[in-house]
Amino acid sequence: MDETLAPKQTGGIFYRVGLFFKPVPLLGYLIGFLVCVLWEQLAGEGLSSLLGLPKMPILFGLLTIFKVLAGIVNFLIKGDAFHWARLVEIPMALVYLTVIYLVPLALVARAAVKPANAMARYLQKFPLIITALVQLGLMYAVLHVWAEVSDYRLIFLKLTLIAVLFTLSLNIINGYMGEFSCSHPGFMAIGAYMSSLFTVGLFASDKVLGDAVFNFSAAYLTFPLALIFGGLMASLCALIIAIPSFKTRGDYLAIISLAFLFIVKSFFENMQALGGSRGISGQPDWATLPVIFITMAFGIWTINNFVTSTMGKALNAVRDDESAAEAMTVDTRKTKMAAFLFGAFWAGVSGGLLAHVLRYVNPAMFSVQKLAEVLAMVYFGGLNSVYGSIVGAVSISLLGEALRPLEIFKWIVIPLLLILVMIYRPTGLIAFKEFNARQVFGPKEVD
Amino acid sequence: MPLLHVTDMSHNFGGLQAVSGYNLSLDPGQITGLIGPNGAGKTTIFNLITGIYRPTQGSVEFDGEELVGKKPNETASMGLARTFQEMKLWRHMTVLEHIKMARYSKLSYGLWGAFLDTPKRRLEERQTTDLAMEYLKMFAVDQFADQLVVNLPYGAQRRVEMARAMVIEPKVLLLDEPTVGMTPDEMMAMIEVVRKAHERFNLAIFLIEHRLRVVHELCQHVQALVFGQVLVEGTPTEVQNHPKVIEAYIGQQEVEF
Repeated sequence: MDETLAPKQTGGIFYRVGLFFKPVPLLGYLIGFLVCVLWEQLAGEGLSSLLGLPKMPILFGLLTIFKVLAGIVNFLIKGDAFHWARLVEIPMALVYLTVIYLVPLALVARAAVKPANAMARYLQKFPLIITALVQLGLMYAVLHVWAEVSDYRLIFLKLTLIAVLFTLSLNIINGYMGEFSCSHPGFMAIGAYMSSLFTVGLFASDKVLGDAVFNFSAAYLTFPLALIFGGLMASLCALIIAIPSFKTRGDYLAIISLAFLFIVKSFFENMQALGGSRGISGQPDWATLPVIFITMAFGIWTINNFVTSTMGKALNAVRDDESAAEAMTVDTRKTKMAAFLFGAFWAGVSGGLLAHVLRYVNPAMFSVQKLAEVLAMVYFGGLNSVYGSIVGAVSISLLGEALRPLEIFKWIVIPLLLILVMIYRPTGLIAFKEFNARQVFGPKEVD
Repeated sequence: MPLLHVTDMSHNFGGLQAVSGYNLSLDPGQITGLIGPNGAGKTTIFNLITGIYRPTQGSVEFDGEELVGKKPNETASMGLARTFQEMKLWRHMTVLEHIKMARYSKLSYGLWGAFLDTPKRRLEERQTTDLAMEYLKMFAVDQFADQLVVNLPYGAQRRVEMARAMVIEPKVLLLDEPTVGMTPDEMMAMIEVVRKAHERFNLAIFLIEHRLRVVHELCQHVQALVFGQVLVEGTPTEVQNHPKVIEAYIGQQEVEF
């Protein structure tokens, strides 16, 4: 009966909006966003003072709205003073969001459908790498201009990009291979410490690690080596989890990997040569936005290559039925080993980036809370999916920042949201969707 | 020299003697059946030959090589493919991905190729896709290539599983109850599929089956297994009418098929 009725329904507002934007390719959105961020640089300050906002909204007005809400909550619970006139900031923040982002984005993206599609089609004649580089370059330009407005945005953006890479690297093990590994912050810690050891130990003077060994101005060129060193050390330590995973699955592997996390954490806490629980600080400021963006893009590219190849699909076969995978010539040991080492490598690299963004590293950063955060990103976004990891990492980071004014209530709202996602979409928002670069960067065919 | 040669193989789980003193010799192109009541140890014999379990005693030789101690993926890539009674398809994978997966051991681009999308990988993946499509056509499931395997009708799922085993290019195929749960029509179609595969590749097939009709149609040689021991072997008619088999397998009644 549903089938006969279905074509008659014209759908709700969301359906119509979806239809309106259907022919817009990625290139169109990028151009739209570029216009938005440039428009914000031009008119953002003026508009926010015109609207009576105390300062320019940083995270699309979300932070402004939740600050006001937090004021109300504090008034209700603790009886703190609250100026009711501040309520007006909520609609004003929404007006700001609409005028600066939504309307220009919608107009430009829709208006640019034809040229954007034509250009995407033209770019498609070249090898995929050129199309990808052009659009990634444009994406970087958008992010760069967006982050120029304030230092807060810049650090938020850097941490979010690192979170994307970190989430995706956990998705290899927890999503694609279907194990429940809790050791990922441990790998990140190893990567962070080892790359700091490389950069601080060799190129910077520090109380813990002594004077710089080398002193030359182009030392930042060695940063990739530091990241790779951190990643490789993390993969080496991942062997400790990978080898038991041949025999153990499910809960038992979760317990082993959790134990690994605690071992790593207390190792760094007690290792006085690495600063003990105070950690290492004074990392050189080498993790700039372009470095992070390029590392993340390269990481996503290799991970996506891996999981779309038959070698990588073996992870899915191991997850869905290990004995069948073995009977079909799949070397399950090699597969599990590859998943753990590769996942740990990228976790280590993101740890190295994190240490150089914050410019300090200590063991307390890699606690169970970090684990909960990254697991939330993986399961919220969606298992077995590159899109899912990107969406999960970005939305949980954004939510975490936006809800910060609510203080303790943040830890009620985010878990509640996770519970809702688990009830309505048990595998996450965008699960089991293959990321096809050609399709993402290509034109949208209008029918 | 037989292709698959099992001599005096025994296995016990703890104290339970699951298989004792089992012998088998399978020549190229020969179809041998294995029948027996539930719990007789038929599937255990498959698991012992393919390396899922390690026999406590005896030897398994395949093409002149000893198989005892090898892992299932190694025996499979040597050319000893099998299917499962409960199919064991991968829930979240498409039909095409199933077939490509079984070519795992034939891929040579390695992990670096997988990470970095090298030209060699692209070439091999394309060749594998072409080969997989050929096999899907052969088993008449090519129209489902991009669908998740759980969405297929039962008979098609069985054919996908057969195709997945065949794409390994095995010399010996072990079929574990290929017609379980099928309607008579589907069963006849399956018999045709097995026969076609046998003729085309000159396969040696070792078949577990409950339905005597299937055994009769396909096999030249049959073993009857009861409590881990081969009671009788010979041609299907001989085995089927043997009083011991009738007693052990079917009770006191007449054979019906």
